[in-house]
Amino acid sequence: MSSRPSRATAVIELRGVTRSYGERVALDQVDLDVGAAETLVVFGPNGAGKSTLLRILATLLRPHAGTVRVLGRELPRDGYAVRGQVGFLGHEPLLYRELTGRENLRFHARLHGVPNGRIAELLERTGLTHRADEPVHALSRGLVQRFAVCRAVLHDPALLLLDEPRANLDPGSIDLVEPLIGRASGRTRVVTSHDPVGGLEEADQVLGLRAGRAEITGTATADELGALYR
Amino acid sequence: MRHAVGALLRKDLRAELRTLESIPAMTLFAVTTFVLFHFGLDRNSLDGDLAGGVLWVTLLFAAVLGQNRLFVAEQEQGGFDGFLLAPVDRTALFVAKAIALFAFLVVVEVVAIPAFAILLLGPDLLDPLPGLIAVLLLADAGIAIVGTLVAGIAIRTRARDLIGPLLTLPLLVPVVLAASEATAPLLAEAGASGPPGRWLAILAIYDLTIGLVAYGVFDFLLED
Amino acid sequence: MSLYGKGLKPLSIATVVVLVGALALAAFYAPEDADQGIIQKTFYIHVPMAIVALCGFVAGGIFGILHLRTRDRSYDLKSYVAIHLSLILAVGVLITGSIWARGSWGSWWVWDEPMLVSFLIVFLLYATYQPLRFSIEDPERQARYASVFAIVAGSFVPLNFAAVRMAQSYVHPRTLGTTTGGMPGEMMLTFLVALAGMALLFVTLWKYEMAAKHARFQIKALRRRLTGDGGPTAGRSAAPQVTA
Repeated sequence: MSSRPSRATAVIELRGVTRSYGERVALDQVDLDVGAAETLVVFGPNGAGKSTLLRILATLLRPHAGTVRVLGRELPRDGYAVRGQVGFLGHEPLLYRELTGRENLRFHARLHGVPNGRIAELLERTGLTHRADEPVHALSRGLVQRFAVCRAVLHDPALLLLDEPRANLDPGSIDLVEPLIGRASGRTRVVTSHDPVGGLEEADQVLGLRAGRAEITGTATADELGALYR
Repeated sequence: MRHAVGALLRKDLRAELRTLESIPAMTLFAVTTFVLFHFGLDRNSLDGDLAGGVLWVTLLFAAVLGQNRLFVAEQEQGGFDGFLLAPVDRTALFVAKAIALFAFLVVVEVVAIPAFAILLLGPDLLDPLPGLIAVLLLADAGIAIVGTLVAGIAIRTRARDLIGPLLTLPLLVPVVLAASEATAPLLAEAGASGPPGRWLAILAIYDLTIGLVAYGVFDFLLED
Repeated sequence: MSLYGKGLKPLSIATVVVLVGALALAAFYAPEDADQGIIQKTFYIHVPMAIVALCGFVAGGIFGILHLRTRDRSYDLKSYVAIHLSLILAVGVLITGSIWARGSWGSWWVWDEPMLVSFLIVFLLYATYQPLRFSIEDPERQARYASVFAIVAGSFVPLNFAAVRMAQSYVHPRTLGTTTGGMPGEMMLTFLVALAGMALLFVTLWKYEMAAKHARFQIKALRRRLTGDGGPTAGRSAAPQVTA
């Protein structure tokens, strides 16, 4: 377990972050520090605020209170500067169903200013080259997820935000995407997980959320994490 | 910004070509409406004021139809998120969608205007065509701007198919007014004259004003 | 902290005084119009109402801009109240205009009157404001979208008036006296007093409604602190909720 990173190396720094949806509080005074190349695994039952946290880090949501610093920039003010360095993989693949996998990736490449050569390379590495020219609606959920992974890392982001990234992936596919989004990728990662044992293995740090509050931070045992769900 | 607009536009035109969701429906709707007007007004041929009015009301309703589909893919397939994650100026989405809607309208008009000339229009259309094209382009710009803005508002509300037309139609009254006034002399029975410059100017001023306002506020619809 | 209750009493008194004064002037002081007769006196309600409503709509747009720039939700509340009061006034404009048209020219509606026609369009537009708000559940987004609407609609209002006025058939309008040029002194005075009265009425009602809403929020906040919840949730609402 790494020690608390100094301000200089902190990739993520949250202080008192709060976000509500109308009357419902999704995140309540959450503090967080994540250093470079660290993996933070976030646990918690449904509705605990995991997705909200990820979306705030991805600049998709503004916090209602508190401060958010990602990669040295303050959000939401400097969101523009951060976006190019963050890769987000949520529940939705964010791919247009009527376009092919390749066309989708080209679209995102253009938006991020990434050369087309990178697409071919990613398709190779994930074993998708032969299915890249079929419309997304014709692909199985597992293949779609693999394309979504490509989309998330297309611009070589320094920070990865992954919401249950291995959902819908078979073990073979997981091996293909590991080097891109796993610990081996060397990127700073925030990953949500429902698996206390597996999640702990890849974590440098854990965060246990329940009803928006950070009940567990730093380190924990699998039992403590399991208690979150009861 | 230009790259983002280009990427979005390419994506939208490609998707439309593949699915043919909007343009055929809008065109069919326009032609059917002409038929309805024939029966509703019980007239075999129209000219002048009446022709201008029928044409513009029909095009407006066809546009509202197309406007409803404009952001559906973004809303349902995570397109908003995908775009919002990119380091681009968010107004690019507005510009790209407005251009797309404008393009759809032009394509629809390529079929609808001749259909109108054949089915309902009394006078000949060939002479006044350049003037008519000028009016069409200016009015289409206004319709595209308002349609895109309202579609952006409506897509994230609950009754989105209803709110869209309710907002769009009053906002486009000046466009219908000016376009009809500009078109009427073009379609006059007694012989066409050019479109009055005054109404073209009004259309241009409207387009510019509402375009600037829309450009300024659109960002606020996207952020959360 | 509600500042809206302050000064409400003297304001209300002033409003009543000016309005009664305006009514008296209109009834007894202002001369009768040679063409239109007594029905012309609806002018003293119709036109001030129209002017104040227009200003109210534009104010709603300005509050919308302030809300988006500062993210201060109290501006959204101000915008909401301004627009919804102006909408009520707009209905008044349409009704008084219709009465006037009936009295002067025998039909309940005339298309030749640019003010009346413009107001019909503006009314149709702003009538969608509350349904729009109601159809967005998240209060923060509701406020944001409402402000966007207020800005777009507010900038539309002058455009609309200009376009309608310019339309050809209005070159010789049957004016309900909406132009104030060439009015004799007595009419001008009565008109100005009526305008002042209407403006005071608007401001008083605006303050009144702001105070009432703030009071309600404070009660809700107190209740929440005492019992832990805000009382029975009213479900969705078209009105802005200010938590601060």
